[in-house]
Amino acid sequence: MTTMTFGKAITAGLRRAMENDPKVLIMGEDVGKLGGVFRITDGLQKDFGADRVVDTPLAESGIMGTAVGLAFRGYRPVVEIQFDGFIYPAFDQIVSQVAKMHYRTRGAVKLPLTIRVPFGGGIGSPEHHSESPEAYFTHTSGLRVISVSNPQDAYTMIQQAIASDDPVLYFEPKRRYHVKGEVEEAAEAQLPMGAARVVTPGSDVTLVAYGPLVPTARDAAVAASDEGVSVEVIDLRSLAPVDFATVEASVRKTGRLVITHEAAQFGGLGAEIAASITERCFDYLEHAPVRVTGFDIPYPPARLESHHLPDLDRILDGVDCVLRRPSSLAPAPGRTVSAVG
Amino acid sequence: MHTPVRHPENSGSSPTDPYVQLITPEGVRVPDPLYDRWVKDVDGARLRELFLDMAVIRRIDTEATALQRQGELGLWPPLLGQEAAQIGSGRSLRSSDFAFTSYRENGVAYCRGVGMEDLMRVWRGNAAAGWDPYSVNMAPTQVIIGAQALHAAGYAMGISYDGSDDAAISYFGDGATSQGDVNEAMVFAASYQAPVVFFCTNNQWAISEPVTLQAQVPIANRAPGFGIPSIRVDGNDVLAVMAATREALDRARTGNGPTFVEAVTYRMGPHTTADDPTRYRDAAELEQWRGKDPLARVQALLETMGLFDAAFAADVDARTDAAAAELRAACLGMPDPQPADVFAHVYAEPHSWLDRQQEQYSRYLSGFAGEATRS
Repeated sequence: MTTMTFGKAITAGLRRAMENDPKVLIMGEDVGKLGGVFRITDGLQKDFGADRVVDTPLAESGIMGTAVGLAFRGYRPVVEIQFDGFIYPAFDQIVSQVAKMHYRTRGAVKLPLTIRVPFGGGIGSPEHHSESPEAYFTHTSGLRVISVSNPQDAYTMIQQAIASDDPVLYFEPKRRYHVKGEVEEAAEAQLPMGAARVVTPGSDVTLVAYGPLVPTARDAAVAASDEGVSVEVIDLRSLAPVDFATVEASVRKTGRLVITHEAAQFGGLGAEIAASITERCFDYLEHAPVRVTGFDIPYPPARLESHHLPDLDRILDGVDCVLRRPSSLAPAPGRTVSAVG
Repeated sequence: MHTPVRHPENSGSSPTDPYVQLITPEGVRVPDPLYDRWVKDVDGARLRELFLDMAVIRRIDTEATALQRQGELGLWPPLLGQEAAQIGSGRSLRSSDFAFTSYRENGVAYCRGVGMEDLMRVWRGNAAAGWDPYSVNMAPTQVIIGAQALHAAGYAMGISYDGSDDAAISYFGDGATSQGDVNEAMVFAASYQAPVVFFCTNNQWAISEPVTLQAQVPIANRAPGFGIPSIRVDGNDVLAVMAATREALDRARTGNGPTFVEAVTYRMGPHTTADDPTRYRDAAELEQWRGKDPLARVQALLETMGLFDAAFAADVDARTDAAAAELRAACLGMPDPQPADVFAHVYAEPHSWLDRQQEQYSRYLSGFAGEATRS
């Protein structure tokens, strides 16, 4: 067992994957000598060479499209997108090429591509540096999408992603890069990549989170327990596919569901989870599922981001709502529902 | 400050800009001190084979167009007029090279050994791709304009990392040269000196947009700006296309990086069978290009050489007719896909949502057991 930061755990996982398979190579902007803007690939080019840790021109579609070609040739590219907001130039290659090549060729061509995306806010960055674009990709069949929340998962799941014969988007919560945790490097993965994890068991409310908000959700569960409310926190880990079985089992027990994410609400993952869980356990629900999310706005300037990002208090407000306690999320007294909007 | 002015009469798209030509439209073999050496092995017998190849893919094209008109194919992108560009380049490749093409390179697919049924599969709507790419070393045809140029560049990077002397080739049209992906592909290929050939089939039209809308200089002139040598070649001259492609492939194999080939040709037919070129194209332009036909000039040359006799003509007819009959039979005999195929191969590994949807749909379908087949 070693104590390491979240970021170093990813580096260690990448290193192990490269040692285990000579076909694994890393591509991206500044990933070589610099070690990436977040230093996640630090030291890898020195040890594995410039042909396996490839500094690329500044062209996201170019990086993604050449990675597709390398996968055709039998390589397993690990692509780094420098920041969440820079992934859009590569969107066409990801959704039209990466996601569909296996289906299109009836399984003949595998696209074992891993796309690492530092994502989310909370670090006071300028625009295009704090986005949560995961729903664009969970909506696209052929892609797997995961998000890690702690150093151990970061270490094991990057290796699972690279080993997968499917393309995987690996969303790294950049504001947690410096969080330390215990990592068992020798251990095989505790859970398969698609499985969710119960972080904190509880009996009154199921609280689903992933990536950067898992620690916040855990803190909210601790705060709620001070008020005598038992919150079960689930770290989704896999966003596509979602491990609905684990969420469903929890909701059948608690009867109440709160979902939280930094991404905007409309058409987000929370909507999908709310709908799917309602379909699966309608008769067990004591209250409609509630979402505590970022607002439906472009990511705001740094001095406003604390209002946009769900925090402990907003999550507790959501918990109050499903418990039918006074809450900002409950309908305002006397308000009628408008027919439009 | 220099203000760019468009001069359509002498813009880069003009076919009158200099290019490599080894056989004139009249069928005269013209010597070329730089390019003759790449085709010195092409004797009369080989020239006959190239003619036959062009005749076969022209006949396949005619038959497929007819099948579309008869409702047997959903769509077809005709290659009429581009036979020399496709055969000249396609016959220059080794089987271990890898081709990444657009949707129109059915002649290249023919050269790679793609069978008739596989050629029809996409256009009949039976599958998203026609063949196993590794069985013929050719990627599925690409509909997204220019995306495949990056795949070829990346594949070529892999060839370099493998230490192999194979090459990748990417085909795209003049319209695709406006796309970011094609330009990014050239940046990557040049940066890593990747063994890739960018083969631009400049057929003058991107559906209804003329090449003058895409380029203000000859398209081949752009590549040197990326650090990539380029060749502008008469795309209706099978011998010149072959010489240019072979030179480009040789450069790739010997570690000298990418080459850009602009084959200047003309799409004689519509963009696809859903298109009506009379809405945007001058009939006189079409007539002018008819005089540059890729097959007619080789026939004229073979006649001069005494190699286009009645027996050969009859042999060509018989073999093109046989290809057409094989194509039609393969198309009409193709079994429809099964409902479960809808879910097959989305993922390489099991996927819980999809497994659930498939199970639900299968249960739904089983409710129709005993009834007439749903169509």
